[in-house]
Amino acid sequence: MSSEIDPRIDSPGREGLTGTASGNVYGPVVEREQITQPPDGTPDSAQPAWRRDFPIDWPQDQYVARRDFARFLVLTSLAFTVGQYWIALEQWWRQRRGQLPLRRLVALRDLQPGQVFTFSYPGEKDPCFLVRQRDGTLLAYGQKCTHLSCAVIPDPGQGVIRCPCHEGLFDLGSGRPIAGPPPRPLPRVKVDVRGGVVYATGIEERTS
Amino acid sequence: MAKPDHLQFFIDPSRCIGCQSCVQACTECDTHRGDSMIHVEYVARGLSTQTVPVVCMHCDQPTCAEVCPADAIKRTGDGVVQSARKPRCIACGNCVVACPFGVPELKLERQIMMKCDMCYDRTSVGKKPMCATVCPSQALFFGTREQIETLRPRSTPTNRFRFGRQTITTGVFVMVPKDGERAPFLDVTAAMELEPEVRASPPIRRIPGLELLSDPFAEIEV
Repeated sequence: MSSEIDPRIDSPGREGLTGTASGNVYGPVVEREQITQPPDGTPDSAQPAWRRDFPIDWPQDQYVARRDFARFLVLTSLAFTVGQYWIALEQWWRQRRGQLPLRRLVALRDLQPGQVFTFSYPGEKDPCFLVRQRDGTLLAYGQKCTHLSCAVIPDPGQGVIRCPCHEGLFDLGSGRPIAGPPPRPLPRVKVDVRGGVVYATGIEERTS
Repeated sequence: MAKPDHLQFFIDPSRCIGCQSCVQACTECDTHRGDSMIHVEYVARGLSTQTVPVVCMHCDQPTCAEVCPADAIKRTGDGVVQSARKPRCIACGNCVVACPFGVPELKLERQIMMKCDMCYDRTSVGKKPMCATVCPSQALFFGTREQIETLRPRSTPTNRFRFGRQTITTGVFVMVPKDGERAPFLDVTAAMELEPEVRASPPIRRIPGLELLSDPFAEIEV
């Protein structure tokens, strides 16, 4: 074989070796699965597990076994299932934790239609306001704007709640944002009238 | 595509003339423009002008990949050890310290290790690596074994090296003289402990009182 080759760089049959030929002048190349041997020379079965998990050979590194993929699917769906149960459990705990305290707000005769009464509920740092509309309905919302927690100002005459910081606008009837940056409705305070006195009975957090 | 099996890389250090053509050609490659993955080293700079081109030897048991803590250095099925995978490399420099041939280079500004991958974009389609294409003295040769045996009748290719207690089989061959008894491997550590005068040929004539003929920076050169 060696005597047949003309060593000159431009001799016929050597075109592929001078850096100008395309790859298809050669036959197909076999991609081998594993060629790297471990440093101690022992077979694969005698190697620690991390060597199979982190192979040096590219084909082995890219290979995903059917069993590995099935394990991934099972574990991922298991994680989703556990997450769903966790959410349900959280909900159950939250409801079990008990109702918010009943708090006396104001006597109904002290609150004329169109007037606004401010209070804190349930904690000292949760400012809220109560509006008695002209038709007599009572509406109470948390006063923190859902955008950046500025104190919102109810405007019963126009039927809106304004936030002075960024011109946020809420609907007074529902507490939902109608203009400006606020992303969520204001939390609604549930009120109850018992014997001519308005009580706050709970808070309804809403996301939309 | 993969590198054809019958085409192999042969390095003949005795033919290297230190012209830096390979370095320039490697620098101009579009995959790593401005950085040369090949370097030309002086054997004993104070005593000899002999140079050696250093490319990745593509070991059968790549020490760089063995020490990589991020699993970033991979070897394709055709025996080419690739540059570090960008998503994995953490630029820790373990491979730079571990490689007995001193091939990997740390690019700190890009936070990645880069090394010679035998121009995988070219060899995988059957072309020569860029350095072997431009080498004027054919110290870097890429071709079949029959060709190199015809072209270098007085040399024989070897690919086993000994560094201390580590014996390495490489995918790249180095041409060694055919005469004399052939050891099963090239003992690099023993060769480095030889006196430079033995290796350098011809030795520089020493002029008494003119010791500065030897390179004053030879000791600190890396």
